[in-house]
Amino acid sequence: MQLLLEQALNGLQFGVTLLLMASGLTLVFGIMNLINLAHGSLFMVGAYVGATVAAYSHSFLLAVAAGMAAAAMTGMLMELLIMRRLYPREHLDQVLATFGLILFFNELVTIVWGRQPLSMPVPDWLSGAVEILPGVPYPTYRVAVLVVGIAVAVFLYLLVMQSRLGMRIRAGAANRDMINALGVNIVVLYTLVFGLGAALAGLAGVMAAPFMAVQAGMGENILILTFVVIIIGGIGSIRGAVIGALLVGVVDTLGQAYLPALFRLWLAPAAADSAGTALATMAIYVVMAGVLAIRPQGLFGARTA
Amino acid sequence: MRLLLLVALPLALALVPPAARLLDNVYLITLVRQALIYALAAMALDFIMGYGRLVSFGHAAFFGLGAYTVGILGTHYMQDLALLFGWAGSNEALLAWPLAMAISGAYALLVGLISLRTSGIYFIMITLAFAQMVYYLFVSLSAYGGLTGLSLWLPNTIAGFDLLADGLYFYYLCLTLLLLAWWLLARIVASRFGQVLQGCRQNERRMRALGYRTYGYKLTAFVISGAVTGLAGALLANHAGYVSPGLMHWSMSGELIIIVLLGGLSSLIGPIYGAIILLLLEQLLTTITPYWQIILGPILILVVLLFKGGLYGTLTRRGSQA
Amino acid sequence: MNASPASPAPVFAARHLIKRFGGLTATDDLSLALQRGRILALIGPNGAGKTTALAQLSGELRPDAGQILFQGRDITRLNMAQRAKAGIARSFQITAIFEQFSVLENVCLAVQAAARHHFRFWGRAMRDQALLEPAQAALQRVALQPLAERPASALAHGQKRQLEIAMALATAPQVLLLDEPLAGMGRAEAEVIVALLAELRAEHAILLVEHDMNAVFQLADTVVVLDDGAILAQGPAAAIRANPAVQAAYLSEGD
Repeated sequence: MQLLLEQALNGLQFGVTLLLMASGLTLVFGIMNLINLAHGSLFMVGAYVGATVAAYSHSFLLAVAAGMAAAAMTGMLMELLIMRRLYPREHLDQVLATFGLILFFNELVTIVWGRQPLSMPVPDWLSGAVEILPGVPYPTYRVAVLVVGIAVAVFLYLLVMQSRLGMRIRAGAANRDMINALGVNIVVLYTLVFGLGAALAGLAGVMAAPFMAVQAGMGENILILTFVVIIIGGIGSIRGAVIGALLVGVVDTLGQAYLPALFRLWLAPAAADSAGTALATMAIYVVMAGVLAIRPQGLFGARTA
Repeated sequence: MRLLLLVALPLALALVPPAARLLDNVYLITLVRQALIYALAAMALDFIMGYGRLVSFGHAAFFGLGAYTVGILGTHYMQDLALLFGWAGSNEALLAWPLAMAISGAYALLVGLISLRTSGIYFIMITLAFAQMVYYLFVSLSAYGGLTGLSLWLPNTIAGFDLLADGLYFYYLCLTLLLLAWWLLARIVASRFGQVLQGCRQNERRMRALGYRTYGYKLTAFVISGAVTGLAGALLANHAGYVSPGLMHWSMSGELIIIVLLGGLSSLIGPIYGAIILLLLEQLLTTITPYWQIILGPILILVVLLFKGGLYGTLTRRGSQA
Repeated sequence: MNASPASPAPVFAARHLIKRFGGLTATDDLSLALQRGRILALIGPNGAGKTTALAQLSGELRPDAGQILFQGRDITRLNMAQRAKAGIARSFQITAIFEQFSVLENVCLAVQAAARHHFRFWGRAMRDQALLEPAQAALQRVALQPLAERPASALAHGQKRQLEIAMALATAPQVLLLDEPLAGMGRAEAEVIVALLAELRAEHAILLVEHDMNAVFQLADTVVVLDDGAILAQGPAAAIRANPAVQAAYLSEGD
């Protein structure tokens, strides 16, 4: 029971990381109609910069700030130089160009930081465990990630739903031409939205760094999952991103934790682990296929022609 | 110009082996052979991407499934291990290659059945997801090498003859299959079926208003594409002597898309040029730096931003269309 | 509308169609009938619900309530493709031709639609007489024959609208649902289309959604005026023209 609670929380925490990635991606796609495969590279930039700053300064908070800033700046630079020219282009062209960006960034980090993966340790003041329920310890850092993620989600909600900037963002998502006609400086808006998405990706990267090896290509793994999230949730929908992220996070984590054990009930251990792990990694794709089979536009997506 | 490009290419490719001998660089034959195999897969992708606007980001799955079919059949045969109902596999191309096409085609049917209910970015992503599923499946199959993959003991025999061991014969076989596929796909494009496919690309709503039940035709095209890609996979397994899940990774799907776009979308011959360009680029760039992709990346970006229609399209001034 | 000795039986009819989008009632109890040899014009200001109505009649949208009948059969559940096969052709307001195909290819594609299946991978479609003959005939009908080999994208706007109609005709339909065929046309171009439609009237039952009031009153036998999804008035063209309510609301805004 305790293990289930732990795993469920792990799933939520993973979901929160995915949400940070997904909200940026879905905003950019919903508003600018841009597929950005290099979103994962921004995650990677955040992780690399964060890990490096943490190693030199021994300050976790500084590392987070640095990671976010680096990702945001990289993102806005990307937007200025390349994305702007891609907005009017076909999705296919965007896929190809941003794929080129992935190649570039993966190679760049290898040149700058070498092929050895970096590691980022959990800071001392966040290590250890807290008792979330009497007798149930849970890693403090994971709680921190959850808290940060929820805070960001709330902030995003307030921003998108309540503020004037958010209103413009939602209007932009609904009708690009209209918002232009209303005199909103669309060029600046786009850059800001892109920068916001990049910052969130960077934040996700820094906070997730202690859980994984910081290396070239780390962005792509999470990018694919992020796409699964927004496909399930429906492109352009923040609500969809939240539901999708939680769903994917929980299904993936619980699947990895329990499916091999489940398979051991009737298969030999080696085969069970094999089949269980395979099915666990496939699980979210199966869920996505299922959702799309019933609702081809995702749970909260708008039906486009 | 178009005629020149269409004729020059097969001719040039046919002359590669003698030229390689002249240059005393036999490795060139192997190199170009790999480009031909990738070109076959990319051509199959162009068939649906260029003519049907079905952007599949999961074609690597069909590539890998074709390759693994050959790999698994060969391994079982060599080790005399029962595979299915006591049958211990085979190392015979005339059996393995059609089977590779059938399996890839079958998976394409499954993927298409679900994916073609969506469109646009959703379609791109769900085809990607289906490829990822297969990737992870094979990564977890430790019996067949898992992440490290499977080595092939021997290349396939053809009708019992050990033809593929000879690099030269194999090269001409690949070239012949490529040109044959080109001819067949070109005929399909010009047929009634092809008109329907192209109509769906240009205006699917109008197609339905005219009375076409578009789903079935797109699905058929998708399956044909998957099967041909599977054949390319089978060829690759023999060429490399090795199969691994990396063949099904989404970066491979991306590479196939790059090849199509570099050479020219919806031309069928463009992908052949594209494969050769990518090959040349890789050879060229690695002499400059081992981190060659840091140059390739921006090159791709520039190609997208500046050259609509890829190389072939730009040369024949047939821009890539909406 | 009932069938009387003076007018033929309706070949296509809509009965009490209702369509809602959330709180908005886009189609409010719409009924109309089309007869062979007659043109029915559907007019009304922007936002009146003409597009929604047409979408339901052509099968793009499913009505929330009501029936659509064709030759006595209930076809409410049939989708666009099925209705097209049955003999109901539709043209689009925003030109929906195949821009990268030639004019002839466009119409051939429309002709081909009538075939039972299209799994023919071998013969060249554009050398197939079974497609070429009816296509050339349809092009003749709309006087676009000389432009057969040009790419459709190269056509002038008016010619594209003619092509739209040729494609609708190529399927040899009984019913033509025409969505603003005169959209964006100058006087001279419009007259060509109006003349064409007048000719087509004899062999088809035509529904004409239009803003061009000149054309409407030249062509229509019956006019249905839509406002806020509901029928404001309907009747013979002359009566509608004289109707003060209609005049006040719409005829003053036209040209």
